[in-house]
Amino acid sequence: MDMKRDYYEDVQLFESNVVLFWTVVLLVFLFTLPLYVPSYRFSLFNLVLVHVILAVGLNILVGNTGQISLGHAGFFAIGAYGTTLLMTKLGLPFVLALPLAAFISSAFGFILGLPALRLEGPYLSIATLGFGLTVTHIIGHWDFFGGRTGLQVPPLDLGGGFILKTDVQKYYLILIITIFLVLSARNLLKTRVGRAFVAIRDSDIAAEVIGVNLLIYKTLSFAVSAFYAGIAGGLFGFVLGFFNPEPFNLILSIVFLVMIVVGGLGAIAGSIMGATLITILQYSLLKNIKEVPYVGPFMVDISSRWFTVIGLENLNSIVLGLIMIAIVIFEPLGIYGIWLRIKKYWRTWPF
Amino acid sequence: MGDHFRVENLSISFGGLKAVDGVSFDVEPNTIFSIIGPNGSGKTTIFNLICGIYHPHSGRIILEGRNIVGLKPDRIARLGIARTFQNIELFGNATVMDNIMLGRHIHMKTGVFSGAFMWWRGSRAAQEEIVHREEVEKIIDFLDLQSVRDQFVSSLPYGKRKLVELGRALALKPKVLLLDEPSAGMNTEEKEDLSIWIKDIREDYKVTILLIEHDMNMIMGISDRVICLNYGRKIAEGLPQEVQKHPEVIEAYLGEEDIFRHA
Ligand SMILES: Nc1ncnc2c1ncn2[C@@H]1O[C@H](COP(=O)(O)OP(=O)(O)O)[C@@H](O)[C@H]1O
Ligand SMILES: [Mg+2]
Repeated sequence: MDMKRDYYEDVQLFESNVVLFWTVVLLVFLFTLPLYVPSYRFSLFNLVLVHVILAVGLNILVGNTGQISLGHAGFFAIGAYGTTLLMTKLGLPFVLALPLAAFISSAFGFILGLPALRLEGPYLSIATLGFGLTVTHIIGHWDFFGGRTGLQVPPLDLGGGFILKTDVQKYYLILIITIFLVLSARNLLKTRVGRAFVAIRDSDIAAEVIGVNLLIYKTLSFAVSAFYAGIAGGLFGFVLGFFNPEPFNLILSIVFLVMIVVGGLGAIAGSIMGATLITILQYSLLKNIKEVPYVGPFMVDISSRWFTVIGLENLNSIVLGLIMIAIVIFEPLGIYGIWLRIKKYWRTWPF
Repeated sequence: MGDHFRVENLSISFGGLKAVDGVSFDVEPNTIFSIIGPNGSGKTTIFNLICGIYHPHSGRIILEGRNIVGLKPDRIARLGIARTFQNIELFGNATVMDNIMLGRHIHMKTGVFSGAFMWWRGSRAAQEEIVHREEVEKIIDFLDLQSVRDQFVSSLPYGKRKLVELGRALALKPKVLLLDEPSAGMNTEEKEDLSIWIKDIREDYKVTILLIEHDMNMIMGISDRVICLNYGRKIAEGLPQEVQKHPEVIEAYLGEEDIFRHA
């Protein structure tokens, strides 16, 4: 063994020059994307980025700490409503309102995390489910939150009248925030707190015996995860421009879980891939499929005739369900697992 | 009575079963103190009581003059008690390095924000990582785990996993180290290595070792003092040779495999 190992190499941002190279390539691609892609697409891309932020946070809770949340649409809503209301009612600037709303969401995460010490598996699912439903219920019934009609989002003023108007302009802001939060998550998971999360996931009894305080770290994981959901929600408002309680429902919470399961539990790259795939599938591909002549109407027809009781077409849910089942059966590590296998294959290629 | 580590009149029962029944013992600093006894005699339960996983129905556990009964396991770990488990409890989906780094948890400070802001070499989190990784690397070298350093623990053979667990406990730099059947599943050669390591650990780490073992060669070879349990009660205490010859001990082991054969 070499006498002087440089331990910073174990934790540094770019593990090797190869990683650094591809990261730079990816960043250059992302920052020049408006050059190759028509601007009407960017509303979708913004949604992808927002979901990436949320999925990265959710995966810290579910994939790394081994806790479950069926209520992340609730934190997402707190972020969206919090940011908008802090700006419109209190007149706070965007740069303060967004993090403040995220910290409020985070505080709710902390509180929701408290029962996590005693509740496990199905019981925790129900507690988080209840939380999500309560939030949607409250924002739908109080006029302060816009009620059923919803809220108009104020202009995205970065300060000094520097207002982001187009989707492409917002894309740059959201992209920078996303990159920052993804790398922060990566740092967090590489250090002491991230390791403690994994310890709780793999053996809470051993975690305690080496000195990890379960109460602190379980609630911390909820808080961190809710913070990410809060930021994502705040940005989500600006992607939509106008929103009401409708999207923040149980189905959304489940779709978030689908993203990280499909992408790969416990892997940041998995969160990114899963959020990207599911968002594009849900908001773009599946819609387009329905418009393909013959095939589209045929599939819609089948789904509404055979796969639902009330006769509504539900192709989206069916495809998501099939993907989930396929992942669980064939590649529990998700897309990230497939990616790892491809990498391994090429590393040993052509032997 | 010494104030380093002692157990007074410890009892716990499960349902009607008295798993540990009025057990007392006193351990001198920096010695190897072994607990033997047939299966189900309450050895592991005593460890679970010491590290706070179970709370005794009566009795006291004194570490350096302080009663630790009632404290939570993570508090007790911070006070200086570390252990291994009879049925290995590792973090299976983490690497050997990360498992042993987790043993440094109580000695590190990085929190959520300082951790997330590990942007460059000079950052607090990175500096702390470097210091503690160096420390862990020494343990990895000591236990000869260099070849599996970056492997996932779940992929390792049984014997190696036992060593990783030992390494993790050592990383806590405990005052008292509890080892629950560390040699189980090892072959003769590995057991000999382990005996040497345990003696080295006592010297190098200046630690007091409580050892539960079934292998009599090992017990005889490295223990300073031995107690024997039967049905939750202490039936003998003394030097290894004394306990081995004790009539009640021999009787307790009748019907069990002939474990005194080699001694
Ligand atoms: N959590 C528990 N619940 C019920 N009985 C237990 C529990 N833990 C231990 N016991 C019982 O206590 C007795 C002592 O067990 P243990 O300490 O594991 O024995 P040893 O380690 O000496 O083989 C056994 O009869 C065991 O079944
Ligand atoms: Mg036992």
